[in-house]
Amino acid sequence: MSESTMREQMGSTITELMDVDERLVMVLCDISTGLFEHAATAHPGRVVSLGIMEQTAVSLAAGFALEGFVPVVHSIAPFVVERPFEQIKDDFCYQGLGGNFISIGASHDYASDGMTHQAPGDVAILRSLPGMEVIVPGTPAEFDALFRETYADGAPTYFRTSSQVNRASRPVRFGQLDVVRTGSATTVVAVGPMLDRVVEACLGRDVSIAYCTTVAPFDTAGLRALAGDRPAPILLVEPYYAGTGIADVVQALAPASVRVESIGIPRRVLRNYGTADEHDAALGLTAAGIRARLDALLGATPG
Amino acid sequence: MSRRDQPGRDPAMLPMLRLLAGTHGDDKHDPSALSILDVVWVLYQRVLRHDPATPRSEARDRFLVSKGHGPIGLYAVLADRGFFPADELAHFLEFGGRLGGHPDRNLVPGIEVSTGSLGHGFPMAVGVALALQVKNSDRRVFVLIGDGEANEGSVWETALLAGSLHLPNLTGILINNHTSTRPLGDVAAKFSAFGWAASTIDGRDHVAIEAALRSQDATRPSMVVAEVDG
Repeated sequence: MSESTMREQMGSTITELMDVDERLVMVLCDISTGLFEHAATAHPGRVVSLGIMEQTAVSLAAGFALEGFVPVVHSIAPFVVERPFEQIKDDFCYQGLGGNFISIGASHDYASDGMTHQAPGDVAILRSLPGMEVIVPGTPAEFDALFRETYADGAPTYFRTSSQVNRASRPVRFGQLDVVRTGSATTVVAVGPMLDRVVEACLGRDVSIAYCTTVAPFDTAGLRALAGDRPAPILLVEPYYAGTGIADVVQALAPASVRVESIGIPRRVLRNYGTADEHDAALGLTAAGIRARLDALLGATPG
Repeated sequence: MSRRDQPGRDPAMLPMLRLLAGTHGDDKHDPSALSILDVVWVLYQRVLRHDPATPRSEARDRFLVSKGHGPIGLYAVLADRGFFPADELAHFLEFGGRLGGHPDRNLVPGIEVSTGSLGHGFPMAVGVALALQVKNSDRRVFVLIGDGEANEGSVWETALLAGSLHLPNLTGILINNHTSTRPLGDVAAKFSAFGWAASTIDGRDHVAIEAALRSQDATRPSMVVAEVDG
């Protein structure tokens, strides 16, 4: 399992579940169709390959949900979140229907394809939807565990898969922060694929690290328990637009006043191509970049 | 707000029209409400398998009002059929009432989908039709769209999609009261070109409406273009 990508894991996890859960329906828009050839043959009618029509795909999936099925809609992030955003809002959230939306191409994973194929704002806009669950796994195995735990929970759920992964999986549970280590100077919250570089950045620093794979609903109780009633500054490290989760952190620790710093993708148009690693380096989304921000927050001398 | 002397109307429609006449309407959507009246009344009266006592029964045919606009006409028909008390019509659009300017499936018995944002219900209907096939159900799916709604891109995505699928259980009804900013031309010809079994009828002629809605192609989805004068 550890050798597969999150995308491949999506194919194998869902194919396996479709064999045992007759409610599960896969709705595709010409992306990843090869991963579901077996399921399409084994379960006629439950793998629906529409063509490139993502707004129709989300509404059509809602039609399946109305009839008691559990649909999954999949495409690249801009096309499964931003283009059909209103369909997700109206047809799933407002109607009170459960379904799943799985993206590939997180933030600048597809850097060479340019801005049209990047969606660093996906989580920020989905956080505006009442009842929307947002999951950001850090490894294929974590996707597998979190999908199995939540796919049929009756809520609309977004899974943000990425080609950037952590080296080892953690024992993640839906809705729960995972405490990687404890310290006293500050708490660093690392979201999904940012964990490895956060752990490296925090070497030798007296800080807590909380690993977040469920962005919504945010684990308010978990952060309060870790940070305490008089919290030290919080550093939030996100793989999408910086500051997307600040409100969640502040609300979790209220009424205590807390300083929150965020590291993520800056809210400006990024016109470079290249690779995701090159973008990360340019934006300071590396262990060294995170350490520099952490040390500035702590007022420590970089060492 | 309704005209009772329309030629081709079944006199049995009068009680529903009286209910509708007692409402205060919704100025901006009255033409939309009136345009669907005859088709919706005939559908419920003569074609749609339904039981107001069990509005979510698996045995029902599904009717989705994709455009969601002007629902007072739909509410009047549903009240006439007994889905909810007719005196609720007097509270249309009121705070605390459940009959809103666009219908909510979670509030109103008989409403299959919450719509209002144009271009959503049509593709949802295709999903419902596909889902019924997976269930091996022989129930039918009717979906009503407006000519103005047909400006939306998702309507034509859906036309392309459904026309290439084996969906004899799906019947679209396009109410054409000629309010579209962009002239639609020969709508039936357009749907035929997309692979639908399409026809055009007088949307006030109850005999024609019933015949068109009862008709099913053996392999293709059907589209009934109902021409109305507003």
